[in-house]
Amino acid sequence: MLADFLIDVVRVVFIILLAVQIVAFGGFFERKISALIQDRIGANRASIFGFAGMGLVNTLVADPIKWLLKEDVRITGTDRLLHFWAPVVSLVMALVPFAVVPFGNELVIGDRHINLQAAPLGVGVLYVLAMVSLGVYGIVLGGWASNNRWALLGSVRGSAQMISYEIAMGLALVGAVLVYGTLDLQEMVHAQGQLIGGWLPAWGILYQPLGFILFFVGGVAESKRTPFDLPESESELIAGYFTEYSGAKHFMFFMADFVEVVLVSALVTTLYFGGWQIPYLAPDGFHVPGGGVVAVAPLLVTILGVVAFTLKMLFFTVLQIILRWTLPRFRYDQLMRLGWQGLLPIALANVVVTAGLLLWLGGHA
Amino acid sequence: MSAVLFLVIAALTVLGAFTVVVARSPVYSALGLVGTLFLIAVLFLSLDAQLLGFLQIIVYAGAIVVLFLFVIMLLNLQAELETLSAPGLVAAAALGGLALAGLVAFGVVRTPLGAPALADGFGNTVPVAELLFTTYLLPFELTSVLLLVAIIGAVVIGKKRLA
Repeated sequence: MLADFLIDVVRVVFIILLAVQIVAFGGFFERKISALIQDRIGANRASIFGFAGMGLVNTLVADPIKWLLKEDVRITGTDRLLHFWAPVVSLVMALVPFAVVPFGNELVIGDRHINLQAAPLGVGVLYVLAMVSLGVYGIVLGGWASNNRWALLGSVRGSAQMISYEIAMGLALVGAVLVYGTLDLQEMVHAQGQLIGGWLPAWGILYQPLGFILFFVGGVAESKRTPFDLPESESELIAGYFTEYSGAKHFMFFMADFVEVVLVSALVTTLYFGGWQIPYLAPDGFHVPGGGVVAVAPLLVTILGVVAFTLKMLFFTVLQIILRWTLPRFRYDQLMRLGWQGLLPIALANVVVTAGLLLWLGGHA
Repeated sequence: MSAVLFLVIAALTVLGAFTVVVARSPVYSALGLVGTLFLIAVLFLSLDAQLLGFLQIIVYAGAIVVLFLFVIMLLNLQAELETLSAPGLVAAAALGGLALAGLVAFGVVRTPLGAPALADGFGNTVPVAELLFTTYLLPFELTSVLLLVAIIGAVVIGKKRLA
């Protein structure tokens, strides 16, 4: 009883810490990569004992501490209650979807089989969509409670953008759900462990290439970073919905955006890139195509899975950082046109074609 | 789910519904509605109706009430300055409330106490989808036509304003 409870706690803490750690490292990568793209060195002012690599320590430790301890400026005329709760809602709703993200296969310790997923939920995909859609309230209320016109404009832009792109994202997910025939993310990852024709890993991207692109674009739009950063849009709206935020509250808004980046990476990995699966690695070892098995201990297989999931997640996080520093911001009409006239019809067509193909071929992948 | 948990959530749900009515600021009214809808979804979850619970959050709390808030913000509605006092409106609201209460009471009284237990997982995706696409196919499709009509109506009204 107590052991079960402790296992639950460890699973929850592990996935949350994994997400937050990638957020922290992502912050450092973001500085270094943006510097690389803009042809400067970047994050090099913290060389401790003459070692420039300590810039990492600066970003991971000194930055958050400084940020959290800054003065919390309270403006008169704001709605105190909602001004306080808006960033909390934003951050919490960005973190809770990680509960259903499977970060590894079953871990077998003695006679205990531990499913490496904090909350094995039958309707995992719907849970993710529900929590992400609630995240809008943080933005809406943050801007409104600030009693600032620029902030309110940012909120209005943000909520319209998030609702628009949620629809395309949800429809892109329908294609994946049709292919796997389940809403459970862990089952989806298991389905991706097979091989097509004995050599090609059956990852979701092969069945849903269009679905992947639609989901990824929708996900990048959800995280409200360039090229979709119109809610923030510092050249027009000061800082959009978090104009009137400072100190720890501002930190929470900033972190919520980056957690969403990591969440999109985790979901893309899980849905389209095999989750924790490593090609040719079965629970008993590597099966080299064309015969031959290299035995690997079961515990090591599980750990390798967790490492593979982390690395894939990191890859998509870095990809999103590169996107952010490469593309310029959309104009608002372009943003709406892309969402409603671009992604939505393609996503609908993707659903119809996928369903038709499945009917024709008979059954799931 | 234990009875205690049910009572707590039910009480909070009623509190949320009460906020919708008595809050002076329209934004707080809308937030009360979000809370109520969210807690009803929790009640659905406790009854093993996971699909219904999460759909309720996605559709109502995550989309429809956001649009309410949107309208409230764009119209810049402040806390209400005058109370609703037209006698006709108050009478109609009272009548509607009484009728609804009567209907609910009627439903509660008519429900047999010893109803047979439902099968495990009746509220999950597969059983609900099966019912929806076999027994209740016609009502389901008719509802979608109704929604389509509403969408077309919204487009027509929107276009008229522009012209």
